[in-house]
Amino acid sequence: MIAPSFLDQLWLARHVILNGLGITVAISLLAILAGSVLGVFVGLSLVYGNRWLRLIVRAYTDIIRGTPVLVLVLASYYVSSAVGVNLDPFSAGVLALAVFCSSHVGEIVRGGLQAIPKGQTEAAKAIGLTFGQTFAYVLWPQALRQFLPAWVNTAAEMVKASTLLSVIGVAELLLRSQEIISRNFMSLQFYFFAGALYFLVNYGIERFGKYVERKTAIPS
Amino acid sequence: MGYTLNFAVVWRNFDQLLAGLALSLGLAVVSILIGAVIGLAVAFALTSRYRAVACPATAYVTLIRNLPILVLVLFAYFALPQLGVRLDKVQSFVAVLALYSGAYLAEVFRAGLLSIPKGLTEAGLAIGLTPMQIRSTIIIPLMLRNVLPSMSSTIISLFKDTSLAATIAVPELTFAARKINVESFRVIETWIVASALYVVTCALIAALMRQIERRLAVPR
Repeated sequence: MIAPSFLDQLWLARHVILNGLGITVAISLLAILAGSVLGVFVGLSLVYGNRWLRLIVRAYTDIIRGTPVLVLVLASYYVSSAVGVNLDPFSAGVLALAVFCSSHVGEIVRGGLQAIPKGQTEAAKAIGLTFGQTFAYVLWPQALRQFLPAWVNTAAEMVKASTLLSVIGVAELLLRSQEIISRNFMSLQFYFFAGALYFLVNYGIERFGKYVERKTAIPS
Repeated sequence: MGYTLNFAVVWRNFDQLLAGLALSLGLAVVSILIGAVIGLAVAFALTSRYRAVACPATAYVTLIRNLPILVLVLFAYFALPQLGVRLDKVQSFVAVLALYSGAYLAEVFRAGLLSIPKGLTEAGLAIGLTPMQIRSTIIIPLMLRNVLPSMSSTIISLFKDTSLAATIAVPELTFAARKINVESFRVIETWIVASALYVVTCALIAALMRQIERRLAVPR
């Protein structure tokens, strides 16, 4: 038998790899969306919440940020079934990543809001804006400009963290590559190929982040 | 539902968790120390005037920062032997985490180097120091003091990345927790204790770094 070449194997596996890449993108998008919604709430609570809300949300972010993502993923997967909420690996993994994402986005939002000088709020009050108006027309647009680049970088973090879902058996790009390797033993080539795909996706996100940074920079 | 918390099994196996935590810390210390040396060299290369020096350094940082660390860990352990590089699992993990920390610390150090005023180098030259003496006695100490806050968060995030060693069966904290989880089915208790250990360790690292920061702060 002639040893099969890498390109032949790659062609045979093209659907499996594309499928895995699709799942990776789906995981990342869902985690970023859910995590950002939750994260904006976390950030707002940290800045505007009363003492108790601040305390609870601070404990939440500190615990999440002090725990490795892999532990979050494993805990989400095993604990959900233990308490009778039967999440499939995909949902459990997305939940863990969304929680992880929310603590990051929360810190970014908090930083963005707190970087705005106090005088802005006072000026808005002086011209008679309500708190809602101050937030919507004065604070939020400035904070958004401040944290958009960091938020795009969080997206790249999520794509990287999505690989951890392979550990609980979600058939994303990395697990698919491992399955292919277990069939043809071309670990060097297929890990390299998976790495190249991840690099392309993340490098694209990084370039996009730089572009957003340039666009949102306050002209001096 | 009907799940009653029972920590007895976890306490009985607590020594396994502690041994795991000790190994996690050991992996982190060794990798970060090697990574700091790499990072320092790469940071000088990144800020070099010569393109031939700066370009490879940029390529290294961009490549590592855009790859998921799990892919690197699996690549080093499963694919490198095909190239004749045989490392055991601890060695390969330390090698990967050191390279990974090198790229992240290089970015931290680069920002620190850029914040050092040119006048200090000129002053060093004026009193007759060689460029190497200027680096080792003026620039590096000042730069390290400036970057301590951002170094602290990088070190914490690298410590959390040691959890990925569990995927190649290095018996660190996450691996030990997963083992207890699978053997005892005390799911919730195991993951509560494991993440508490991580959270406390991260908080201790942060406190230690703040202590060093205070000790080295410029007296006013």
